[in-house]
This record gives sequence, structure tokens and C-alpha cells, in this order.
Amino acid sequence: MITVARFGFLILLWIFVFTVVGVIRRDLFAGARSGRLVAAPRGVGASTQQAGKPAKVKRGRAAHQLVVTAGQLAGTRITLGEAQITIGRAEDSTLVITDDYASARHARLVPRDGQWFVEDLGSTNGTYLDRAKVTGPTPVPLGVPIRIGRTSLELRP
Amino acid sequence: MTAAATPAASPATTGEQPGVRLARSRRNAELSLLLLAMVLVAAYGAIVEANMLDTVTPDFWMPAAALTLVFVGMHLVIRWLAPFADPALLPAVALLNGIGVGFLRRLDLGKAAPADRETLAIFAGTGGRQLAWTLASVMLAAGLLALMRDHRSVSRYAYTLGLAGIVLVMIPAVLPGRFSEINGAKLWIRVGGFSIQPGEFAKLALLVFFAYYLVRKREVLSLASRRILGIDFPRGRDLGPVVVVWLISLLVLVFEKDLGTSLLYFGMFVVTLYIATERVSWLLIGLVLFFGGAYLAYVLGGSVGGPFLNFYTRAEIWLDPFAEPYDRGYQLVQGLLGLGSGGLFGTGPGAGEPLEIPEVQNDFIFAGIGEEIGLFGLTALLVVYLLIVERGLRAGLAVRDSFGKLVAGGLAFTLGLQVFVIIGGISKLIPLTGQTTPFLSAGGSSLMANWLLVAVLLRVSDAARRPVTQGGGPAARPAGGPPEQLHGAPTEVIRP
Repeated sequence: MITVARFGFLILLWIFVFTVVGVIRRDLFAGARSGRLVAAPRGVGASTQQAGKPAKVKRGRAAHQLVVTAGQLAGTRITLGEAQITIGRAEDSTLVITDDYASARHARLVPRDGQWFVEDLGSTNGTYLDRAKVTGPTPVPLGVPIRIGRTSLELRP
Repeated sequence: MTAAATPAASPATTGEQPGVRLARSRRNAELSLLLLAMVLVAAYGAIVEANMLDTVTPDFWMPAAALTLVFVGMHLVIRWLAPFADPALLPAVALLNGIGVGFLRRLDLGKAAPADRETLAIFAGTGGRQLAWTLASVMLAAGLLALMRDHRSVSRYAYTLGLAGIVLVMIPAVLPGRFSEINGAKLWIRVGGFSIQPGEFAKLALLVFFAYYLVRKREVLSLASRRILGIDFPRGRDLGPVVVVWLISLLVLVFEKDLGTSLLYFGMFVVTLYIATERVSWLLIGLVLFFGGAYLAYVLGGSVGGPFLNFYTRAEIWLDPFAEPYDRGYQLVQGLLGLGSGGLFGTGPGAGEPLEIPEVQNDFIFAGIGEEIGLFGLTALLVVYLLIVERGLRAGLAVRDSFGKLVAGGLAFTLGLQVFVIIGGISKLIPLTGQTTPFLSAGGSSLMANWLLVAVLLRVSDAARRPVTQGGGPAARPAGGPPEQLHGAPTEVIRP
């Protein structure tokens, strides 16, 4: 009798463990919000993020990083998630650039169905996608420079 | 929150959070898991009595019922104050706590004279005290949930908490031995018959400070670097804080004679640093510093002795516990024998001889429980710890603000590290150090501090899982909290 109870207890213990795992599992699929490690300026975020994102875009073509290629911040990388990126001199911008030719709220990058759009927010000196001035929301292809004052930014996979 | 993120009002940054569909709070799942856990605790109590008294007394369910009452109370508090908190945390912690109380009661039964066993009151002995401590701890945790409606508000007290943490760590070191020393480790404040372990609370306070500090400094720490051998190493002057914490942890090692606590503080800091910067180099630097320091302490202990002697002795016992099985190695040897005689399925709750192991109610509780539930049961308990840690890390991943990420990630890791340090110690994987086993060990300080930790994790996970409505979360907005824009995007503020 005790032996039965003893093994019953151990089995019940594992049943508990698996029930908890089951609850967690259901939870993972229900709450797959951006699993991005935003705390980090570079790296890992991109890989964790792929899982949570609806696979509308072909993996190879999706942009995962925003890289500053020229200007004071050259070399800075930002891991892209699902949230928009605001660029400007204002302290609360996602990317704060201290460029004399940049406005406080200069431009923003907005993702839509996996494609990133650049939008000028009424800056004084304008935002350029490669050589063309950005007037409305414009899709940004990978590797094409976005120029803001002396700063250049590119999307990278 | 941070200086960088405080300036207000960017209407452009709210909204735009796609993929938000989580509206289920999963509170009912939590309740049923909790009840299942309590059934387990009651079953444990019944089997213990069946083994030790040859009969199950009609009152066997009383401790389990008391615990159920407390935890269901906590569940209701969560329903009210943190409705979107993680559903797995509370049941998992409740199970460990309940098994702990059950095992301690089993020890009391073992110590009591056979005639008194059947009438052992539920609040008697170590088990009863643990039950009372559980009650107090859960109330404290509920209080923290009520007080801290938003985890970000804690960052306002970061410097105060950091100072408090350091003071708490230092008190036992500077107190004379008779007020602070138990079994060779100076970790306690003993007043009358009452002893508290301030380091357990210092852990929480220091972590909040680390998180706050790193949220402010991580850009510098992660951007300015030199590349050597394909790994980015930080600049020399940025090493300052990590060196300071390393020195503090070494001081703890030397003056409080406790490797575990020192490893815990240092590991906590290094991992928080790693979470903040994602630089593997910090982990490498941390490991090298810690192992270098520990090895140095070992060598010094062997040659110079003095304050390093305690650590040297422990390392010697670890290397060969069977050298002096009835003397210095006695405790570890008894623990190993206990685990060994438990085997795969254990002797059954109440049928082992855990009282052969010295300090089985504290450090060696896992060996004591292991003898009775075997590897099969121990693994289940370890998986429960693993799940708690995983849920903490998950909360850290999902929450939107950097401070919350660092706090949740750091706390979850610290909990995991503590479990590793003590269970590694009793299973002779690493030198044994006096750490409590979270939620299982007898002792009010440890239980309270760990329940507070759970309360923080619950709070962060609530913030992480709360569905985003336009313009920030509903309800529970703290008075004078940060502006709601912080909920949105600007987590990566970068300056040259």
C-alpha cells in the first residue's frame, strides 16, 4: 500500500511538472510578443526575433539590423524588431544623432509587413534615400543608404 | 526611469505594436496548478505519516490545508493586483515551499519521541516554524505586489537600495564573531535567539542597483571596445565597476568566509552586465576573475592560512571527502551516502534516515529529500526550479523596458545560480558552501527574500504579458510613474 502511494507520489510529481510545461507551452503560442532582447544594442536580438515574427517575408530578404555607415555614430548597429525607429536629435529618439544638420525629430523607419519604410518628419534639411529626397513613406531596400545630414544609415539582413 | 529616457512626449512613439493578441490572463490555469501542487503536498504528508507512524492520523492534511489557504490567498492577490502575471510561477514555488514544509515536519517527527509523534501540533518544531515563516513571507510578497504597482518605480530608489545592499552585506563582516558567526561563516546577525541573514535581502537590493546602473551605462560598455581574437573587449576604464564588485565579493569571501555568497554576488553582476551588453567578453572576464580569485584564495589558504583557511579547508574536503569521513568530511559524506542509498526511486517519504546528515534542515535539505524520493523525484524538483528560472527569463525577454529586462533576467539567473551552488555543493560537483536551497531550506530570511524575488518576477511578468491597449496599459498606473511613452519604443538610446 505504501509502495503504491510512494510511486504514486513520484508519478504525480512528474504529472505536475508536465502540466506546468503544458501551461507554459500554450502560453508561448498565445503570447508570442516580440521576443527581442531590446536591452542589447547589437547581436542576439535578431535571432530570437525570427521565431516570433509571422513568416510573411522571405528570411533572406528581411532587414534585421540598422547600421550607421557614416557620421559621428559610424559603426553603431541597432537590432530591428517590430517597433518603429525614430531618428533625430531629440533625447527620446530611438537613434539619437548629434548632427548639426539633423532636426530634433528628423525621420522615422516604420516596418509594414516586413518591409521598412522611411518617412521624413518635416525636417529642415531633408532625408535622402540614396540620391532622392524622401517626400512620403518610401520603402527602403537593403543596403541603400539613408542620408540625414552627415549621417548615413543602411538596412542590413 | 533612466536619465536618457525621461524626457517626455513623443506622440510618434506610441502605438505601432503589432501582433498583440494576448488577452488571456491564465489565472484559472494558475489556480488549478496550485491546487494540484497542494494535493501533492498533502499526499507527501500522508505518506510520511504512513511510513513513520504506521498510520495516517486524521489531521495529516492540516499543514497542507494551511499552506493551501495561504497560497490561494496569494493567488487572489495576484488576480487583483497583477492579473496578467505568469501562471506557472506561483504553483511551482508553492510546490517547492510545500515540500520543504512537509520535509521539515518529517524531520520533527523523526526527532520526537515515538509516543509524541501522533500529537505533533502543526505549528510545532522546525516544520511548524517554517509554516509560520511561509505565512509571513507570502504576506510580505503580497505587500510588495501591492506597494510596487509598476516595477519601474523601483528604479527611483536604486541608489538607496544599492547603499542598503552594501551595508547589509557588510554588517556581518564587521560585527564581532559571536553576533555573526554560525558554523564558521559570518553571514548572520544574531540578536537573542533570533538570527537573520542580511545577505539574502542584500541580493535583491544590489540587483536593482546593478540593473539601474547598467541601463544607464550599457551604451558605453557595449559600444566602446577593442577587438582581440575575435572577441570585443571593453576599454580599461570601463572595467571599473566590475572590478569594484569583484573586490567586494572577494572581501565577502575573506571576511565572511563564504564562497557561495561571494560567487552569487559576482555571478549576478557579471550576468546582468552580460544581459545589458550582450558581450561574451564580460562572461569570460568574469569567469577568469572569479576562478583566478578563488584559486588564489586556495593557494593563500594553503600557505598563509589566516582568513583564507576556511576556504582552503572546504576545497580540501571537496577534493577528497572520504579522507576524514568521521571528521571534516562527515557532513558531505553523510549527504552523499543519503543520496546514494536513495537510489533511483528513494526509500519513500518518511522511510529514510535524513537525520544522519548534520544540518539536513538547511544546506543539506536536498540530500535529505533525495534519500527519500530518489533521483526520479529530485529531478522533478530540479525541473521545477528550472521552470521558475525559465519563466523569469521569459518575463525578462518579453517585458518592454530595459530596467525590467535586467531585473527579471538577473533575478532569475541569481535564483538558478543559487540552486546550482548549493546542489553542486552537496553532490560534490563544486566545493560546498553554505547556501540555502531556495524555498526548501528552513529559515525565515531565505524564504522571505526568495518570496520577495518571486513577487518582483510576478510584477515584471505582469507588465510583460499585459496586452497593449492604445496609450499604455490599463489600470494599475502608478502615481507619479514614468510617462506612458516609455511603454513604447525608445529603449535603445545611443549617443557617441
